[in-house]
Amino acid sequence: MAKEQLAYDEFMKGLWRENPVFVQVLGLCPLLAVTNSAINGLAMGLASFFVLLGSSILVSLFKSYIPKQVRISCFIIIIATFVTVVDYTLAAALPVIHKELGAFIPLIVANCLILGRMEAFASRNTLRMSVADAFGMGAGFLFALVSLGAVREILGVGEIFGFALFGANFEPWVIMILPPGGFITLGVMLLYFNWLEEKKNKIDKQLATEDGVN
Amino acid sequence: MTQKDPKLLIQPGPQLRQQMTTPVVMRDVWYALTPATLAGIWFFGLGAFLVLLACIAGAVLVEWYFAPEEKRGYFLGDGTAILTGWLLGLTLPPALPLWMAFLGGVVAVGIGKTIWGGMGANIFNPALVGRAFLLATFPIAMTTWTAPGDFFTIPSSLFALPLMTGVVDTVTQASPLGMMKFEHIDTPFIDLLFGNTSGSLGETSGLLLILGGIYLWWRRDLDWRIPVGIIGTAVIFSLILFMVDADRYPGPVFTVFSGGMLLGAIFMATDPVTSPLTRKGTWIFAIGIGLLVVLIRVFGGFPEGIMYAILLMNAATPLIDMYTQPRVFGRELDQNE
Repeated sequence: MAKEQLAYDEFMKGLWRENPVFVQVLGLCPLLAVTNSAINGLAMGLASFFVLLGSSILVSLFKSYIPKQVRISCFIIIIATFVTVVDYTLAAALPVIHKELGAFIPLIVANCLILGRMEAFASRNTLRMSVADAFGMGAGFLFALVSLGAVREILGVGEIFGFALFGANFEPWVIMILPPGGFITLGVMLLYFNWLEEKKNKIDKQLATEDGVN
Repeated sequence: MTQKDPKLLIQPGPQLRQQMTTPVVMRDVWYALTPATLAGIWFFGLGAFLVLLACIAGAVLVEWYFAPEEKRGYFLGDGTAILTGWLLGLTLPPALPLWMAFLGGVVAVGIGKTIWGGMGANIFNPALVGRAFLLATFPIAMTTWTAPGDFFTIPSSLFALPLMTGVVDTVTQASPLGMMKFEHIDTPFIDLLFGNTSGSLGETSGLLLILGGIYLWWRRDLDWRIPVGIIGTAVIFSLILFMVDADRYPGPVFTVFSGGMLLGAIFMATDPVTSPLTRKGTWIFAIGIGLLVVLIRVFGGFPEGIMYAILLMNAATPLIDMYTQPRVFGRELDQNE
């Protein structure tokens, strides 16, 4: 029972408390580059999710056989294997999206979020915990990509996943589908998350002092 | 034992107080802007006034919302938010939908100022940040200029619902800069001087803007080196170009009196927060803006360049300040100086 609780905890940590984008601010390069529409964000998020999950499993399985001195190269080779799988799968199954994401699919290899989880978590924890962690972090990254892509698509072209929302008279916010729009949207979201965090800390502190008095 | 009219005041220093506080300076700028603003409203009608109000409302709302609760009165009282909204409004086309103007005000104070830490901490001129955002976001609406028209006619595009396009039903007309750039039509000087041309709300009347500048200079709220440096550089540079090929390049008088040149040089570049502190730095700053304006206008893709010129030099301001620090008295010269 206690173990069950722990795995769930690892999952929620990645999805929310230590969200790779909104809290750790990792993996910004693909995040800013591909989120000009929700569907691109979703594809990128799922690709990263798969790579993260697969490499987490392999790394945590083979962690005792990977020599400490060359561990980074080993991680990269494992990650690159899964990225190649994703690359070819997307090219075969969804050529349009594959073309749209372009170089950013192969670049998942260099995503600091994935390498960071290998180094900090999968190579030190059991398979079970690593899978929970990969699920959480992958879902957190996916969540960030899709929400950023959705905001930018809604404001930038007035659509969500390709469905028009506002009718013909909509005035598109051109800046939102351009790179500055990505930075502005991400900045506002970070602001919001930090504000939530601060509010939560304040409440926690208040509760703690009240407990102390009682 | 306090006397009613004490002959001798005993209190901790400072005993001499500067009368020039931020609210005082801001109110001076309001007075200086009033004539040009009224002229803009006169030429473009009541709609222009509504656009201005929408900008100010957006700016003030953000300032109020993000100010610490117990200091809200103080934050709004210094008048900087109103001024930012006002200046932004003066740079907008008179037929811009009100929701866009409001959004511009929100971005100007929110992203242009509050995010950096409030007044005095921003790198870029807030009003111009708002305008740059609007220009990048709504490129068509931001370059639809209407001809000066009837005072009581309010363009229906103003009342477009939020997120919707405003359909301009009044007479549209290219601004003097656009006409010069794309069609090579000169605008009569007298129209440029008094403001009876199309263009942004508050930038058309050259004469009244200069009057406002002189008032500010007389009140010592303004560093005369900046407008003089900008306009002087622009005049010299455009004169050289004009002499090279008078058919292709606009003359110096047109350069100075068209577009936002005067508004930018007098009211925006002189923002004490975003301009250099040292005298030498001020000259570098002003000359840089003057050069960039003419470069962007003549060789760039946009008809108007004052906004980007000022924003670019704003970005260079910390660097200019760093390299123009005067030597501290009594200290030896550095080895590499």
